[in-house]
Amino acid sequence: MMRRLNQFLPLLCAIALAVLGPLLGPYVSDLIVKVMILSIFALSLELLVGMTGLVSLGHAAFYGIGAYATVLGSGRDGGSVAWLLPLAMGCAAAYALVVGALSLRTRGVYFIMVTLAFAQMAFFVFHDTAVGGGSDGIYMYIRPALGALDMENRSVQFYAVLGALVATYGLLALIRRSRFGAALAGIRVNEQRMRAAGFPVYGYKLGAFVLAGALAGLAGFLLASRDGVVNPELLAWHNSGEVLLMIILGGLGHLRGAVIGAVAFTLLKELLSTQGLVGPLADHWQLTLGLAIIAFVALLPKGIIGIAGQLRARA
Amino acid sequence: MTTLLSVDAVTRRFGGLVAVNNVSIDLRLGEVHAVIGTNGAGKSTLINMLSGEIGASSGRITLDGQDITRRAQHRRARAGIGRSYQRTTIFPEFTVLENCRLAAQAATPRPWAIWQASHDCAASNAAAHGALAAAGLDDVAQRIAGTLSHGAKRQLEVAMCLATDPRVLLLDEPLAGMGAEETERMLALLASLKATHAILLVEHDMDAVFRIADRITVMVNGAVIATGDPASIRVNPDVRTAYLGEEH
Repeated sequence: MMRRLNQFLPLLCAIALAVLGPLLGPYVSDLIVKVMILSIFALSLELLVGMTGLVSLGHAAFYGIGAYATVLGSGRDGGSVAWLLPLAMGCAAAYALVVGALSLRTRGVYFIMVTLAFAQMAFFVFHDTAVGGGSDGIYMYIRPALGALDMENRSVQFYAVLGALVATYGLLALIRRSRFGAALAGIRVNEQRMRAAGFPVYGYKLGAFVLAGALAGLAGFLLASRDGVVNPELLAWHNSGEVLLMIILGGLGHLRGAVIGAVAFTLLKELLSTQGLVGPLADHWQLTLGLAIIAFVALLPKGIIGIAGQLRARA
Repeated sequence: MTTLLSVDAVTRRFGGLVAVNNVSIDLRLGEVHAVIGTNGAGKSTLINMLSGEIGASSGRITLDGQDITRRAQHRRARAGIGRSYQRTTIFPEFTVLENCRLAAQAATPRPWAIWQASHDCAASNAAAHGALAAAGLDDVAQRIAGTLSHGAKRQLEVAMCLATDPRVLLLDEPLAGMGAEETERMLALLASLKATHAILLVEHDMDAVFRIADRITVMVNGAVIATGDPASIRVNPDVRTAYLGEEH
């Protein structure tokens, strides 16, 4: 019974959010939308880091490219979700194909460095050229829409983002139990054995990398549709670092870990920068956030999702 | 007897070092072909070249008459070359059955079919169970592979090769670190596989080699100094001075 309940927990959470949605105030609702978008972003990185064992430090590039594609693709009269969404995911996937094709020839710390370098390259293209309004970024005139699916409408936005999160989570859950997911897990554990068994390991990794890029592009599309503005900071390396921290904080190797990590990270950031809670320390939230994360990682080596197991082991 | 894998004058250089020098051997169906030699003689490098882990600097490797010298490792594996490693190479965190099933799925990968669960794949389950039965591991099928004894892990690695349905087996010191009982079990397994496979065996256990091998190739400093049946190798004067003399 408990196991069944545990299995359906993510779905129950989604239903609870859908039911509670209209009852939430604008601040909480907005915060939840932000966390859900970050959860999609974190899930897309979990596909690489947790499922395939590829530690990328340039994942924000695909997020940012998805967001920029959405804004640049919608004209003065706004654009349709029907083609802005494929555009955002397609652009992110295309860049992921280029970055992956080159970076996947390296491994370990070199892979980290090469993905970082490609992300910085994309960052400087938007930062230092007029393509996307330079360092100030660029505004969207009208948010994307498709019939009733109008992102200008706050509650439509809420349900659209929730739907995208459920779809992403569901897709990755299916992949995890499929032969593709089993092969990715095999690559994570022992790449040499996978090659000796006859798997085209490079192709599998590239497939995972492109899919992860496309999903990050989806998160970017949603972010641009929510904020109505993009700037180069989206692609910056600290954004790549933050999403990596989220999945580590939540617990690598679990889809829910990525979501929990996104929630925990955003809440921590929000709490530690609230004057009313931490007083003058709020101005130095980066310092306190850093210390909090060091404490978390030291005390919870398996992330927040590993707490239950840790307690059970102690009992 | 049919020659499955034919190696014609392959050489591998690492910078100035010639690790494998102009080596030619044939692996035939129904034969265990042992390659012996001191450490650094080039035995593992030879296996790495045959399995496609590293390229050959020169020479030709053919499988069923087809040139595979430039073929990538995974394509050679799919064409029927299975290998084990000197250092046990398995998936320690998966169960024994999952180890074999994953190996077997190389034959039916279908990565796009994400709606199908990996553990429901009938073909790879059948191949995995068959391989485990052949290797005598069916009673530990549900154990986590990392918790097996050293000998059982070596057996699992051979079972994972078998799950991919190879015709050629390249085994790099499968008996290393095994106790007497485990050695006997592995030798019995190899003997049972002989009829349907061409086996290349790199091994330091001379008693085992002379018991099971149909043909022995002796390597010294990357080059072959003798090839023949066990009896002729035993009395070969070059082999005695170069290699066996040190031990016997």
